[in-house]
Amino acid sequence: MTTPRKQIHLAAHFPGVNNTTVWSDPRSGSHIEFSSFAHLARTAERAKFDFLFLAEGLRLREQNGQIYDLDVVGRPDTFTVLAALAAVTDRLGLAGTINSTFNEPYEVARQFASLDHLSGGRAAWNVVTSWDAFTGENFRRGGFLPQEARYERARTFLQTAWELFDSWRGDEIVADKESGVFLTDPGAGRFAHSDAHFGISGQFTVPRSPQGRPVIFQAGDSEEGREFAASSADAIFSRHGTLEDGQAFYADVKGRLARYGRSPDQLLILPAATFVLGDTDADAQELAREVRFQQVSGQTAIKFLEQLWNRDLSGYDPDGPLPDIDPDPGENTIARGRASVRMHRDPLAIAAQWRARAEAGNLSIRELIIEVTGRQTFVGAPATVADAINTLVQADASDGFILVPHITPGGLDEFADRVVPLLQERGVFRTDYKGSTLREHLGLAPLPAGTAAGREAAS
Amino acid sequence: MLIAARVAPVTRHIGLLPSVVVTHTEPFHAAKAIATLDYVSAGRAGVRVRVSASSHEAAHFGRRDVPRPNLRDRDLRDRDDPAVRELTAGLFDEATDYVEVMRRLWDSWEDDAEIRDAATGRFIDRDKLHYIDFAGDYFSVKGPSITPRPPQGQPVVSALGHGPVPCRLIGRSADVGFVTPRDAGGARDLVAEVRAAQAAAGRAEDTLHVLGDLVVFLGEDAAAAAGRKRRLDDRAGQQYVSDAAVFTGTPGQLADLLQDWQLAGLSGFRLRPGVIPDDLEAITRGLVPELQRRGAFRTAYAAGTLRGLLGLGRPANRYAPAGRSSS
Repeated sequence: MTTPRKQIHLAAHFPGVNNTTVWSDPRSGSHIEFSSFAHLARTAERAKFDFLFLAEGLRLREQNGQIYDLDVVGRPDTFTVLAALAAVTDRLGLAGTINSTFNEPYEVARQFASLDHLSGGRAAWNVVTSWDAFTGENFRRGGFLPQEARYERARTFLQTAWELFDSWRGDEIVADKESGVFLTDPGAGRFAHSDAHFGISGQFTVPRSPQGRPVIFQAGDSEEGREFAASSADAIFSRHGTLEDGQAFYADVKGRLARYGRSPDQLLILPAATFVLGDTDADAQELAREVRFQQVSGQTAIKFLEQLWNRDLSGYDPDGPLPDIDPDPGENTIARGRASVRMHRDPLAIAAQWRARAEAGNLSIRELIIEVTGRQTFVGAPATVADAINTLVQADASDGFILVPHITPGGLDEFADRVVPLLQERGVFRTDYKGSTLREHLGLAPLPAGTAAGREAAS
Repeated sequence: MLIAARVAPVTRHIGLLPSVVVTHTEPFHAAKAIATLDYVSAGRAGVRVRVSASSHEAAHFGRRDVPRPNLRDRDLRDRDDPAVRELTAGLFDEATDYVEVMRRLWDSWEDDAEIRDAATGRFIDRDKLHYIDFAGDYFSVKGPSITPRPPQGQPVVSALGHGPVPCRLIGRSADVGFVTPRDAGGARDLVAEVRAAQAAAGRAEDTLHVLGDLVVFLGEDAAAAAGRKRRLDDRAGQQYVSDAAVFTGTPGQLADLLQDWQLAGLSGFRLRPGVIPDDLEAITRGLVPELQRRGAFRTAYAAGTLRGLLGLGRPANRYAPAGRSSS
């Protein structure tokens, strides 16, 4: 007997508003019509994926004081699309990114509990936080949150939502026509919560949903984000897709779980990943190079450079050398509404690295940006890609991957047809769904019945 | 909202109008949710905007206090109470702003803003996206929406009007107003009230439908219908009442009443089945064929969108310069 191998978890990410999507490709379809979402979801379900994932940003991105126009712009409302997808799929998990800063716990809990009912237990919530006044300008409550308070608000937001989910035990509805009794407990759903961020009370109107609550995802990579995931999340959506990087992240985050009384299998690590397939490895490499070239046009390269330099560099030739001037190390004002900008924590040092790399390789601005902005995670013939994925999972660099196709909506079709069967042959990926809920797909234990914890406080 | 989205892919023609509580929710979220419902239903979305003056709903959000505790929706009809007047005027003014923000956000993308111009590398023409820059007494919203202009351009906006203040909201902001007359005379008065509010808002030329709300219990004969309701009243230990009139009778009698009220100026009706599914089935299997027999109701859908079914054209975009094409 060999040691049982880890089962891989796979998800499909409907591409967001960034330069992953090669929208100029003739096969590239709508990013807003429902048919595109339905296509990707059906492909993912045909391939027995765990879930479909939607990102969200609540203000259109800007650069140099203007709406950014080089990438896909515009997307639908997350809850609305996921609820509609529940009608055209049966088993696929439905994961949505919902911001804890620009929403209220009562309505988010209501919507996720509703989605979980409408989908028969397939809802997941990627909890994101933000604090910026830029996004806040779209909301009646404005951008009021100090940056350092965003995770605290997220934590209490989540805790408050859990109290709402738990305000129904799950056995209250009897609807007995003979006796005329509908609820065994007229106090079902009562809640009262009070902390520095939220002071709410009342009766939660959605009975306990099939999963009890949505599966919780977390996407932040900071120290606070990792700790938040270790304390509260069921899965973490990371950026660490390579072997060493992934193993370090995996060990770090899983190592934090014991402090919260949790075991390593209670938090899945799922990095985002891109892929390019070909009939041979050489074909795929060639295709991947073309895709990178399309993803990073000359204009896009300049825009990326501006985000690090924090300066207007529109006068530079993308096919020429890097600017002689240094980045402006002050607060980044050139690009707004873009999470990656905040990751450039030491722009001068990064610029120095980029210069060295450009000089060593004799690279133009565009060539350099193609090099430094994430090449595809998996490139090769189907067998090569299947092996690479399996190797990373078995080596504890991840528990699986969230795949982002570069063509919408058909970009996952080839993966479903050619890579998934190989993973199934190797015995590391399901050939059919064993359960009906997303928690079951992810191997997470069912939650205990609701505690109706708010009851005492509310009475 | 989510229920409307869940049923959209399994229906083809019927319009879908979820309620949005404008007192507590974010107009930015509501606007993109309704726009998205319009996408997933291929042009069948609308919204009913609802004001909440109840303290228990305010406590669910904890974001603002409602000035007078325990004021229920029903009490809003007490027009003689100055506290009610002040509260409702403010809440309904806010609702008017809310609809304005949703409408601007729906127009914040011109129809042809997505250009996918490979030559210049631009996915959109950003000159065709617009900040809405709304600043009012209750909130401000910058825009543009994150969701492109929905298929209908402007999804259908509706509201329920129980009194002069809500009727003013209908007159100023809505495409469809729901009213709750007790009889044909009441229907005539309510229609006149909405039309006056519409004219006062400078919208006299716009199509604005006034639909009557009615709770219905149907039966093979009048006694059977009344008996069905009585049985439920006995079981509940009290008489069932509603903000809308409660009808008991046969499908034929209901058809008579609807046609009578239609002559009083109503465009149509929002029927609330007394018992689901029984009365819904009685409506679709009894009332609808009867109305069709009388030539008073469609036998097939003549339009693909909800606006189309309501005789509302696809509106021009308020931000598009005159003469710029809108598909």
